[in-house]
Amino acid sequence: MGDIFEILLTAGFWAATIRIASPLIFGTLGELICERAGVLNLGIEGIMTVGAMAGWMWVYQGGGLWGGVVFAAMVGAMFGLLHAGFTVHMGLSQHVTGIGITLFASSLSYFIYRMLLPSATTPPKIEPFDEVAIPGLSDIPVIGEALFNQSPLTYLAFVSVPAVWYVLYRTPLGLAVRMAGENPVAVEAQGINVLSIRTAAVMVGSGFMAIGGAFITMSWFDAFYFGMINGRGWICVALVIFASWRPGPALAGAIIFAGLEALQVRAQQSVGAFIPYQFFLALPYVMSIIAMIIMARRTKYPQALLVPFRRGERV
Amino acid sequence: MIIEPRQSVSLLRAGLAPVWAILAAMLICAVLIIWTGTNVLTAYGLLLKGAFGSAFAINETLTRSIPLIFTGLAAAVAFRAKFYNIGGEGQLYAGALAATYFGTGLITLPSFLMIPFLMIMGAIAGGLLLLVPVLLKTRMKVDEVVTTLLLNFVVLLLVGYLIEGPWKDPMSLGWPQAASIIDEGVLPTLLAKGRLHLGFIIAVAIAVLIWAMMRFSVLGYEIRAVGYNAGAAEFSGIKVGRTVVITAMISGGLAGLAGVSETAGLKGYLTLDLSPGFGYTGIAVAMLAQLNALAVIPAAIFLSAVYVGADAMSRAVNIPTYIADVLVGASVLAVLCSVLFSQYRVRFR
Repeated sequence: MGDIFEILLTAGFWAATIRIASPLIFGTLGELICERAGVLNLGIEGIMTVGAMAGWMWVYQGGGLWGGVVFAAMVGAMFGLLHAGFTVHMGLSQHVTGIGITLFASSLSYFIYRMLLPSATTPPKIEPFDEVAIPGLSDIPVIGEALFNQSPLTYLAFVSVPAVWYVLYRTPLGLAVRMAGENPVAVEAQGINVLSIRTAAVMVGSGFMAIGGAFITMSWFDAFYFGMINGRGWICVALVIFASWRPGPALAGAIIFAGLEALQVRAQQSVGAFIPYQFFLALPYVMSIIAMIIMARRTKYPQALLVPFRRGERV
Repeated sequence: MIIEPRQSVSLLRAGLAPVWAILAAMLICAVLIIWTGTNVLTAYGLLLKGAFGSAFAINETLTRSIPLIFTGLAAAVAFRAKFYNIGGEGQLYAGALAATYFGTGLITLPSFLMIPFLMIMGAIAGGLLLLVPVLLKTRMKVDEVVTTLLLNFVVLLLVGYLIEGPWKDPMSLGWPQAASIIDEGVLPTLLAKGRLHLGFIIAVAIAVLIWAMMRFSVLGYEIRAVGYNAGAAEFSGIKVGRTVVITAMISGGLAGLAGVSETAGLKGYLTLDLSPGFGYTGIAVAMLAQLNALAVIPAAIFLSAVYVGADAMSRAVNIPTYIADVLVGASVLAVLCSVLFSQYRVRFR
């Protein structure tokens, strides 16, 4: 136990936690935006994969890093549009559509990667985002090094949380999004188009997911591997439930999860001789399930989640 | 433009919906094939030849369809009750674990008992794995999609641990794989040549059984009623929670059978690459079959042909094998659409 306590005091552990949390924050915010508007987006795993591939490929083909992030977000939004077309406009099953989008988007990513790089045996690398130290703040011992010497995308993730909160809770647009997920008939009664609101929310949310994927290939690692998302999308879906659809707790949840993952990597080195490494790797998935169980009694689902809206139809 | 329900849907229109979906998915893939620089007709010709062009190819296509029939049935039964079991992959491996545990020397029975015994154990293991998500769903309203998906990863890590550690076959020259299934437990091959094994007959028989169960039995009626309208089913006296749990046990058991038949039939031993995503492809099978257990058989054979054919195609011309996965993903989306348009029509005014 002493070992673990020591780990918690190192700057390296906290820096890793913040880094690992970043894609989870993007993904969880993205899913949260979709679900707040009443649309479950199980395409997240595939959209993160396509974001990881698109952003990386943009840079590999000679584009700039920020251009890659924007490109990834746009590709993600296009898959969001596809999802919205099916679930919002045609009212098809959100579960099955989402799984279909995941299968389609991830296989398409792998296909395109193989087409553009047919003979690459070792995955080629790009020059990823550099850490940017924030002057002054980064000199604070431990905390400064962990929080204020990170990649710009990590800062973007942390800034996104209050931004999404502000838009959702303090603007008329956010109110419309939340109402579309709670009581779409009331939204329609205000003369606002529910279908447009939901479509836009799913596109923006999917853009966030894709940036989360892009973070992994452009900031955390520097190459695209097959199976690289490895269930992170599904963990984000669990985190949204854990956070009861609120941005603040979503951030907390992402950090707790990332902390556990950073801890397990380090614990593997100290107690790895006694406990098989697969046990540590399984922890995030088991923890996600436990988190959902803990919150099950308290969660308040958006009332219109999974319910397609058809204009003029009685509910 | 308005979308309105059709007054009646003819059998032909309903039956053609998956065909339109497959054509649409092939059209999407045609764009990708054009990009590779291969003639689309040549490519699809090679795919067809790779899947059905010789006795060997047909044998291979049918062999690969066995796990897909099982996982397709697993998804079809569960989705009927609107219980979204996406954990077919994990349940498949749970079945494989059970087959390995009981079938590698722990118990020896004559073949005609050993094979059913392993099948039953595998089905129980698959069902048990799904028991956690289904009870969480019926008791605490925890979404089953996320829990079943997450359990897939946990089970795969458990398999990895077992075959690298305590269950590792000492004769495997360092490869992480479990010991071989004893001869009495191995599913015999059906033909002198090729890998097609008894699992195919079992899979087809079970598909017929499930079809009859869904259509003629009280349980089947209850499962369908819960799927159409859980509230109305509850009101008319059906125990919804109980029905969903039973549905899940059947579904998990079917996916578990896929694991047994792959371990005891095809490979002979458990490895981590036992299934290249059969659990997920099973969802596509079920959707193409429109959740009809009998239609699962041709749907599974079709998707298996896509995989086997795509392997042959990518060897012959330079098209990545991922084209098969793209076709599977696209067909899930396309079939949703085509079924919608078989039930609704668009009117312009």
